[in-house]
Amino acid sequence: MIIRGDEPEQIGLLRKLYPEGNYFMQGDEAIAYGALFAGCRFYAGYPITPASEIAETMARELPKLKGYYIQMEDEIGSLAAVVGASWTGLKSMTATSGPGFSLMQENLGYAIMTETPLVLVDVQRSGPSTGQATKGAQGDFFQARWGTHGDHPIIAISPTSVEDSFWETIRAFNLSEKFRIPVILLADGIIGHTREQIRIPDPEEVELVYRKLPANEEEAKYPFGDVHGDLIPPMPLFGNGYFTHVTGSTHKENGLRDVYTPEVHDRLVRRLHKKIEVHEKEIQKWEEYYTDDAEILLVSWGVSARPSLGAVIEARKRGIKAGLIVPKTVHPFPGKRIKELSKNAHVILVPEMNLGQMILEVQRFVRDEVPLIGVNKIGGVPLTVEEILKEIESSAERSRHRSAD
Amino acid sequence: MAKQIYTKYKMAKYLRKEALPTALCPGCGGGTVLNAFANAIDQLKIDPRDLVVVSGIGCSAWIASPYFLADTLHTTHGRAIAFATGVKVGLPDKKVVVISGDGDLAGIGGNHLIHAARRNIDITVILVNNFIYGMTGGQVAPTTPFGAITTTTPYRNIEHPLNISETVASAGASYVARWTTFHVYQLIESIKKALSVKGFSLVEVVSQCPVQFGRRNKMKTPAEMLRWFSKNSVPLSKAKNMSPEELEGKIIIGEFVNREKPEFAEELNKLIDEVAQHYALGGEDAD
Repeated sequence: MIIRGDEPEQIGLLRKLYPEGNYFMQGDEAIAYGALFAGCRFYAGYPITPASEIAETMARELPKLKGYYIQMEDEIGSLAAVVGASWTGLKSMTATSGPGFSLMQENLGYAIMTETPLVLVDVQRSGPSTGQATKGAQGDFFQARWGTHGDHPIIAISPTSVEDSFWETIRAFNLSEKFRIPVILLADGIIGHTREQIRIPDPEEVELVYRKLPANEEEAKYPFGDVHGDLIPPMPLFGNGYFTHVTGSTHKENGLRDVYTPEVHDRLVRRLHKKIEVHEKEIQKWEEYYTDDAEILLVSWGVSARPSLGAVIEARKRGIKAGLIVPKTVHPFPGKRIKELSKNAHVILVPEMNLGQMILEVQRFVRDEVPLIGVNKIGGVPLTVEEILKEIESSAERSRHRSAD
Repeated sequence: MAKQIYTKYKMAKYLRKEALPTALCPGCGGGTVLNAFANAIDQLKIDPRDLVVVSGIGCSAWIASPYFLADTLHTTHGRAIAFATGVKVGLPDKKVVVISGDGDLAGIGGNHLIHAARRNIDITVILVNNFIYGMTGGQVAPTTPFGAITTTTPYRNIEHPLNISETVASAGASYVARWTTFHVYQLIESIKKALSVKGFSLVEVVSQCPVQFGRRNKMKTPAEMLRWFSKNSVPLSKAKNMSPEELEGKIIIGEFVNREKPEFAEELNKLIDEVAQHYALGGEDAD
């Protein structure tokens, strides 16, 4: 088991097994290696295209690092086992794709309610239903946010390349441990199956975060109490003699169920929200390209961010003031920054591989006067630079006409 | 009044007092199961600190979670065994026990039950079979006897009940036994054996639910239900010589299997040790 104090041995092992340097691998593999470097030592999953390579890599590599791999009987059981393992102190993960992600939604809600750190990877594929199993898509933007029932916060991260997948997986684990919340990694089938060069760092370059444990017996009595005033309760792990009770039902600070008192539910669920809201700055991450003077602003995420950047560069060569913002943390959404950028924008384009999902989040934050245009493609084939550039050019044309009016 | 009873009760030291009194209906067999479990833990001298109890949803899920004073995990409906699998792998030296009902473990959770038995992971499952979904108001369960009346089979049940113990024994468990709440001492002995066996163990407890099942099936009082258990129970040894017609509507009690076979958590750790040692010694370079 990897716990504090095991790091020197683990660092030695990582260094020996995966020496620093350049590797050629798939996005799925990079996610698995990112998890290993983040300290993940428990994986339970169920095979599904296009996420299976994560399970295969974990099954092969975890035992070398004294970690556990289990193939469960289904996706529901997979996330259940991950939650169970997390309460014993193991950094734990599962990976799946659309249909499996749907099956996991109930236990995802359980993990949110019980403040269980874990990472859930969704390598998005085309849907609805079985859809195109082998094709990538970006259709789970809202399933990640609102798939499970009730009012709840969530953190979801979306990488844009194979190397990015490695580092964003590590960030997913760190945020999950820090805030005691499940973190969703929204990859997609295209990045998951694309092979690219990535640099594997020295393990000491990787900053690791571990969940806060109770400092004493007294703190352990309140597994869901804001004992430090930072809204994040220390987590009393199973097996330490604390007699902790954990339930997905509404519970008091001591963990015992109380589903009748309105104030208890209100206090618990508001704290769950607030612990993410007040730490939003630490959680949010985005990248900006040419946004200083952008008149045509692109907002794009995941795999679509790459042709979007290509199109922005091409547009600049043609004298069009285009810029791009790429939310890496897609939930909570960096809407405030997009709102600022929209003040100078004549038009906002949102390229994504769906019929318009993230665009709805963008819409919540921008002025009504700014035309908002989705650049959407489905069918499993990624957007191309040319397709996005065409939209940028016609938008530039329209905005020239408007200013001439 | 309630507090007085708890202070006199010998097993009270094992209970989470702030959670008492229990929410179970008067006459429910859940109390008998909790009592039997506490006695088994006491007789085996298991420190509750070395125990994690996991349960799902429903009346029987409450028996030990929250009432038993140990680490307790009250999970989603049907998934207790899958949660417990993660706990056992993380804490292989602890006793991991699942206590839940027939609807939870054999209905919605049937797949996890079968696969945990196949995997032979060292978890003890105490499955409380009261033939009914009690908490949601007495709907038909996968264990409801043929012909019985429930709120969703108001005319009669036309489905055949699942034989849980036989199913789990066939799936590969190390230990399987079935008793009723009438057979308290045998039940305690079986729970003790199940806790001591290395591998997947199941103790099925046929338990009375006078409120949701008995009331609608001509057994209004707990005593009537217990008398029914007593009259209808057939020991496994006797049942072997009886025809299926003779066994119709009977409750077969006893030990179904008690066998040794490789256990999952131990095998997993053995595998990890082998692989980790191989790579730590530089086996990869030597290939």
